[in-house]
Amino acid sequence: MRAFTYERVTTAQAAAQAVAAQPGAKFIAGGTNLLDLAKLEIETPTHLVDVNRVAGLDRIVPTPDGGLRIGALVRNTDLAADHRVRTDYAVLTRALLAGASGQLRNKATTAGNLLQRTRCVYFYDTSKPCNKRKPGSGCAARGGYSRGLAVVGVSDQCIAQHPSDMAVAMRLLDAKVETVMPDGATRAIPITDFHTLPGKTPWIETVLRPGEFITAVTLPRPLGGVHSYAKVRDRASYAFALVSLAAVDGPGGRRFAFGGIAPKPWRVEAAEPMGSAGAVADHVLAEAAPTADNRYKLTLVRRLLADHFETGAAA
Amino acid sequence: MKFDQPAGANPIDRGTVIGKPQVRVDGPLKVSGLAPYAYEYHDPAPNAAYGVMVTAGIGKGRIDTIDTVDAERAPGVLLVLTHKNAPKMYGKADFPKPGPTDKDPKGAHAAPQLQGAEIKQFGQAVAFVVAETFEQATAAAAMARVGYSNGKGRFSLAAGKASAQPDPKGKDAHVGDFATAFATAPIKVDTTYSTPNHAQSMMEPHATLAIWSGDQLTLYTAHQVIHWSTQGTADTLGIPREKVRSISAYVGGGFGSKLEIYGDSILSAAAARQLGRPVKCAITRPQTYNHTTHRPPTIQQLRLAAGRDGRLTAVGHLTWTGDQEGERGELASDQSRLMYAGANRLIETRFTPLDLPKGGSMRAPGEAAGLLALECAMDELAVELGMDPVELRIVNDVQYDPTVGPSRPFSDRKMVECLRQGAEAFGWSRRHPTPATLRDGRWLVGYGMSAGIRNNIVMPSGTRVTLRRDGTVLVETAMTDIGTGSYTINAQTAAEMLGLPLDKVTIRLGDSLLPKAAGSGGSWGANSSTAGTYAACMMLRAAIAERAGLSGDTLFADGHVSAGGKSVALRHVAAAGPLTAEDTMSYGDLTKQFAQASFAAHFCEIGVDRVTAEIRVRRMTSAYSAGRILNPITARSQCLGGMTMGIGAALMEELVVDERFGYFANHDLAEYQVPVHADIPALEVLFVESLDDKSSPMKARGIGEVGICGVGAAVANAVYNACGVRVRDFPVQLDKLLDHMPVMA
Ligand SMILES: Cc1cc2nc3c(=O)[nH]c(=O)nc-3n(C[C@H](O)[C@H](O)[C@H](O)COP(=O)(O)OP(=O)(O)OC[C@H]3O[C@@H](n4cnc5c(N)ncnc54)[C@H](O)[C@@H]3O)c2cc1C
Ligand code: SF4
Repeated sequence: MRAFTYERVTTAQAAAQAVAAQPGAKFIAGGTNLLDLAKLEIETPTHLVDVNRVAGLDRIVPTPDGGLRIGALVRNTDLAADHRVRTDYAVLTRALLAGASGQLRNKATTAGNLLQRTRCVYFYDTSKPCNKRKPGSGCAARGGYSRGLAVVGVSDQCIAQHPSDMAVAMRLLDAKVETVMPDGATRAIPITDFHTLPGKTPWIETVLRPGEFITAVTLPRPLGGVHSYAKVRDRASYAFALVSLAAVDGPGGRRFAFGGIAPKPWRVEAAEPMGSAGAVADHVLAEAAPTADNRYKLTLVRRLLADHFETGAAA
Repeated sequence: MKFDQPAGANPIDRGTVIGKPQVRVDGPLKVSGLAPYAYEYHDPAPNAAYGVMVTAGIGKGRIDTIDTVDAERAPGVLLVLTHKNAPKMYGKADFPKPGPTDKDPKGAHAAPQLQGAEIKQFGQAVAFVVAETFEQATAAAAMARVGYSNGKGRFSLAAGKASAQPDPKGKDAHVGDFATAFATAPIKVDTTYSTPNHAQSMMEPHATLAIWSGDQLTLYTAHQVIHWSTQGTADTLGIPREKVRSISAYVGGGFGSKLEIYGDSILSAAAARQLGRPVKCAITRPQTYNHTTHRPPTIQQLRLAAGRDGRLTAVGHLTWTGDQEGERGELASDQSRLMYAGANRLIETRFTPLDLPKGGSMRAPGEAAGLLALECAMDELAVELGMDPVELRIVNDVQYDPTVGPSRPFSDRKMVECLRQGAEAFGWSRRHPTPATLRDGRWLVGYGMSAGIRNNIVMPSGTRVTLRRDGTVLVETAMTDIGTGSYTINAQTAAEMLGLPLDKVTIRLGDSLLPKAAGSGGSWGANSSTAGTYAACMMLRAAIAERAGLSGDTLFADGHVSAGGKSVALRHVAAAGPLTAEDTMSYGDLTKQFAQASFAAHFCEIGVDRVTAEIRVRRMTSAYSAGRILNPITARSQCLGGMTMGIGAALMEELVVDERFGYFANHDLAEYQVPVHADIPALEVLFVESLDDKSSPMKARGIGEVGICGVGAAVANAVYNACGVRVRDFPVQLDKLLDHMPVMA
């Protein structure tokens, strides 16, 4: 870890200003991802802006249009346990509880979870080439160990997966990410636009601008229907998804979003009206470019969908 | 005392403290955080500086340039050692080759660091940065710039297989006429398995605090065998062995990894000498995977042939393994010398040099990997025979070493009892022999079983016991407790021998100034160290009896010594002044005359998700035979740990070799997966107890490693039974099953 300076802010705009003011500055929330990355010098922030005391961001409140606004600092544990979430957005509770461990969820925040970085082993090792960590150095995962990495949305430059479970449910629910800029301007970014694909710039992972600070994630009115989250992994807990499937079977039709297979939560709306699991899968995986190591993920996607169609909703 | 005749009746047989479920005497210290681990000693060195290793980022080659100017100038930095300025150190090759009877040969445990530009393995130390604080040392370490030229390394066991040579350390055996027996047998299997590199993944990383006082070095270090730490460090630094004292009072697990010394101890010692100031270093978790040892990989061909009655006529076990030049590899064939009957045997290990990090011992080196293959092959044979796999093992039980013949009987072989009692407790009779017939909702359910064996090793071990003025007893030995229970069972032994309640016994371990002991490795620790305590207590009993004026057969019970109708309280004997006795138990050739081993039988119920092929253990029962069970609580813990680790080996553990770079790519606990609580359901442990009078006066055998032996095969065999898929490339994971799972619409 490199030495850094530290400050604590109490308002959202002050947070944005503090980070914008200093190159190399970063927000720190729960710290469960950033601290690990800093210890390994994958990220080397020079200044940390602790946002944990920004007032009002630890609450979940109803929105005028019947949805929910989830403050950026709401802990994953509290979000999963909230009775409105459990009742109306059960897929989100299920996804959250499938992630990490109890201890981590107690610290992890809503915004931090959206922004957690890939688990590619080469990204985590500064002795290896990695375009995401060091632009232009190459991608060690291509031709290397890629069993957990992405099969769709990848580029020549990077095949890393987005590891979040929570974000997959939020993508399914058409969440919006609310932010504030250093100048006080705000915007609401549809989650589909929030994460970007690697393309030629794998080090850019979201549309956030320098200093832009997340204040909340909003969910639209409840969808109703049956919610499910199936997470496939080698061990029963404390492991990232190899593949996950978030689904809602509701009055408005079916929705599917996938985790573990792409550089961002993966949802192909055009696939959802299809009448068969195979047809949905064909759309979802249309431009799949797996490696020999992770081709099995295509099979998993197909089988999860087939099971979903067969049984109504996976358990 | 020398143990060279089978034990007769002795004071341990009273079984008033030994054999009783006694909670750990060191437990309260541990759960309250008062038991210090190596990195946590602050009082002996309040001014300790912090060392951080910079490790090599290539697998094989040379350092061309190393620039530490920025690191040296960084805040708080006191010293930067590289191969350019490190003091001269000595490795195994610098010492004369040891003779066959050399005890503690010079250089055997040496681990020189920073001795040249050559890179022998990824993760080797290339610099050591010492600073006032850990944070400063870490930051400065990242400023070292190392330029390498890559050499051509050998990183693939599969690629080296063709040119592999007989492993000089393997115990090859050719008995009878294997080729003919195999060729002519009516039923046979010829099947090949592979096991990957495994990491010990103990909780406490390797760590050392080094303090010099004049020419005397004290190490607070995490080690399993104290005298190997002192010898290895002294030999490496080129100083007399008696100048090094090592303290490993509490060790947070080792699983074989802490049988060796690494950069933490050597570089801390070297830097502390140079700085005239104590230095401490803990190897970081990511560094442990490539800097320290691991279990080497294997490919194993099993050729088993039997008559239609299931009796084995030919047992062929051929292992290919690899490690750095001159090392051992994983001797996965060796246990097949002993495991089953069979007149014709071909047991071989072949070795190919690899430039991966150096291999070493990991829990049950040899057996743990070998039984994964042998016990799955036995399952395959049972299928070919149409025979119950438990029965197949029972008909092939043998009460003597089948490679030597009836002249070398087993001291005490209770494998059949383990099989029968384990099967009964588990409910094996409810198994469906046809794969993929049992379902529970979305789960395909399967039963699998296996057997296990682990060679019993004894080691000389010494103890000093003192009867103190207040009538309590102090037990002192350089034995280690790596979480296993050595404190408790040695205290129990002294309590039993001297007829005292356990709370009248105080025990100290883990200091090289105490009598040299067996240490913790190879499952010899419990039996050997308590035998040493037994020997010292026998001597102390004699001294007590003499002072009490007693002769003839003495009984030590209830705080009294009595003989010939006279009884004296130990308190009274002690009032005249403390009495001390020190002795070492050494051994004759009973382990040669008799085959000695611990045994196990494992039964596992597994679920395989019909959609995703995720594999989850549902329950497991294992029965163990390890002679006398000294303490059922600590013994059970060893077995539970072994079962958990065996489940890990079956289903998830694998150091992934990236052959382009010559290293283990998944070097943290997120990516090197071991089981978590949610993976481990109810595990049942049964003991088939017996007294092994050929093993030691304790009549116990090793239990630390037999716990894992065979476990993974029971799991893999259960997967086969659940879904009909035989995965021969460990670990058994869902991506290897998926294409064979029931078709879905
Ligand atoms: C061992 C382990 C296992 C895990 N397993 C899973 C799993 O199975 N599934 C899963 O989904 N996750 C898993 N996680 C990841 C975990 O969910 C994330 O680490 C956590 O959600 C990050 O939240 P945080 O608040 O701690 O973020 P931090 O580490 O504090 O921050 C992460 C990033 O977000 C930025 N940031 C934080 N807040 C804001 C804000 N308000 N505005 C703008 N930027 C911000 C920070 O600058 C930083 O770049 C695991 C983590 C670990 C360590
Ligand atoms: S996949 Fe992406 S994160 Fe992984 S090595 Fe390649 S560029 Fe880096």
